[in-house]
Amino acid sequence: MRKRTLIFKNKPKLIATATVAGPKEGIGPIGEYIETVLDDDLFGEKTFEKAERKMISRAIGKAIGNAGLEERDIGAIIAGDLLNQIISSSFACRDFDIPFLGVYNACSTMSEAFLIGGVLVDGGYCENVLCATGSHFSSAERQYRYPLELGNTRPPQAQWTVTGAGAAVLSAEGTGPKLVSATVGKVVDYGVTDANNMGSAMAPAAMEVTCTHFKESGLKPEDYDLVVTGDLGAFGSRIYKDLMWEKGFDIGKCHVDCGEMIYNIREDEFQGGSGAGCSAVVFNSYIYQKLLKKQYKRVLLVATGALLSSVSSQQGDSIPSIAHAVAFES
Amino acid sequence: MQSERNANFNRNYNDYICSVAPKTKEARTLLRAFFVGGTICCIGQFIRFALEYWAGLSGTELAAYVSMIMIFLGAFLTGIGVYDRIGKYAGGGSIVPITGFANSVVSPAMEFKSEGFVYGTASKMFVIAGPIIVFGVASSVLVGLIYYVYFLVI
Amino acid sequence: MFLKAFAVGGAICTIAQLLINYTKITSGKILVTFLLLGVVLQAFGLYKYLVDFAGAGATVPISGFGYLLAQGAIDGAKESLFGAITGGITAAGAGITAAIVFGYIFALIFRVRSKKN
Repeated sequence: MRKRTLIFKNKPKLIATATVAGPKEGIGPIGEYIETVLDDDLFGEKTFEKAERKMISRAIGKAIGNAGLEERDIGAIIAGDLLNQIISSSFACRDFDIPFLGVYNACSTMSEAFLIGGVLVDGGYCENVLCATGSHFSSAERQYRYPLELGNTRPPQAQWTVTGAGAAVLSAEGTGPKLVSATVGKVVDYGVTDANNMGSAMAPAAMEVTCTHFKESGLKPEDYDLVVTGDLGAFGSRIYKDLMWEKGFDIGKCHVDCGEMIYNIREDEFQGGSGAGCSAVVFNSYIYQKLLKKQYKRVLLVATGALLSSVSSQQGDSIPSIAHAVAFES
Repeated sequence: MQSERNANFNRNYNDYICSVAPKTKEARTLLRAFFVGGTICCIGQFIRFALEYWAGLSGTELAAYVSMIMIFLGAFLTGIGVYDRIGKYAGGGSIVPITGFANSVVSPAMEFKSEGFVYGTASKMFVIAGPIIVFGVASSVLVGLIYYVYFLVI
Repeated sequence: MFLKAFAVGGAICTIAQLLINYTKITSGKILVTFLLLGVVLQAFGLYKYLVDFAGAGATVPISGFGYLLAQGAIDGAKESLFGAITGGITAAGAGITAAIVFGYIFALIFRVRSKKN
């Protein structure tokens, strides 16, 4: 029978990470764990798209430096982002003399990159692989929603796209949290059409891949210190827990959501953060450091992505979603 | 609905989502919309009195000047980044007045300035407000033609 | 007069907010809906009473713009076929011109700022 869970025999190590985030993320609950916090989310550039590019480029450069490597040591960069034709990642990679693999799975790109990177390193094809993603509130807002200055209200289910980028180096040698297994997600669509309610569109995909992971790996929720979803938000997380409960997995005790963690939820973020940068920033800063200190022994990262475009939602299509699970051990 | 043609459409799930989704705070949004909308109209009324009193305007000319000044104010507040704050607070209260129309013209124009002054600012200007002109002009022609025939018949 | 303008203008906006809360339609569609509402009401000669009663309370909302368009077309229709066709946009010309000119000027002057919250 087909198995979707990959077990990495050689256990690639996550030897270094780097994160860059905007001012709003910097004052959030995990702000102190973020390596570079920007004062201005334009990052000295003229447009938000250029700023996003620069953030990803900066995260990649810092991650290579933190790993104590040089550009020629990195076998490949696996990166993606939310903008059309993933321009932020590919343009950022102009700056580096490193082979580039562009990937896109919306906000679950970080775990997809870990998964592919894990395969490359585990199979012995690359010594080191760099995984990176990022997103920017203002560029995403313009592409998916409305102009920034338009005076409309955000509905209570809405989330706030994270301005930030994260990069991580997976290596065959070295020390750090080990990538032990990964489960490839499939596209799940329960027919949710409201583009402002992405948490509920993505929760079934997260549930599907998490259940598959538990069944195929033989592990139980209790075996993990943390099951981290990407950007379901407060409302999506609630649905996710309900769906998991229905399938017979009680993850209430170990589940957290990156989107819920990244902001002090006051009024406007409502349900919390979203975007490719959300899981990238939270995982590569806070969770990575906790793994390093062995405060968490086993963490399952289930980054979730809503695979919609502005065209598909205008044509009335529902929102297909995907999630990939990657398991780390300290 | 399109989504129901989807083989994966899950009615139970969608009903469940609707039942647990966080609700809009009804009374608060309505009150804010009423208050802000009323205030904007009062400003319009003030301009109307002022023009009538000091400039001696009347009739359609007066109405035209009032709406031009209101559009100027809406465009200016959008430019200095205040209107989106008002909009966030007031919802319908700041969308429906003519200042909201100005906001929906200026905000994409500013946003797309990064793509140039011709294909950015100028062509994206009516991304949101374009339908208003289209439907407004089309419906006015329809009304005009109906009345024209009506006047002919009488 | 101010009180009437406040009450009527506020009421129109409250109806819009009700529409937003219940149907989740976006601001562009709200504007079109209210514009057409103004056109239709004036086509039956009704919106004028609201304008006489509330002044700016009825003209400042976008439905007042629809009233202007419809009234212009009706006045034009009294003159000629040409008037019937061009009357609406002639009456609304000031508003559209202002939106285009001020819109372009302010877009040139100001830059988009990222939202802080």
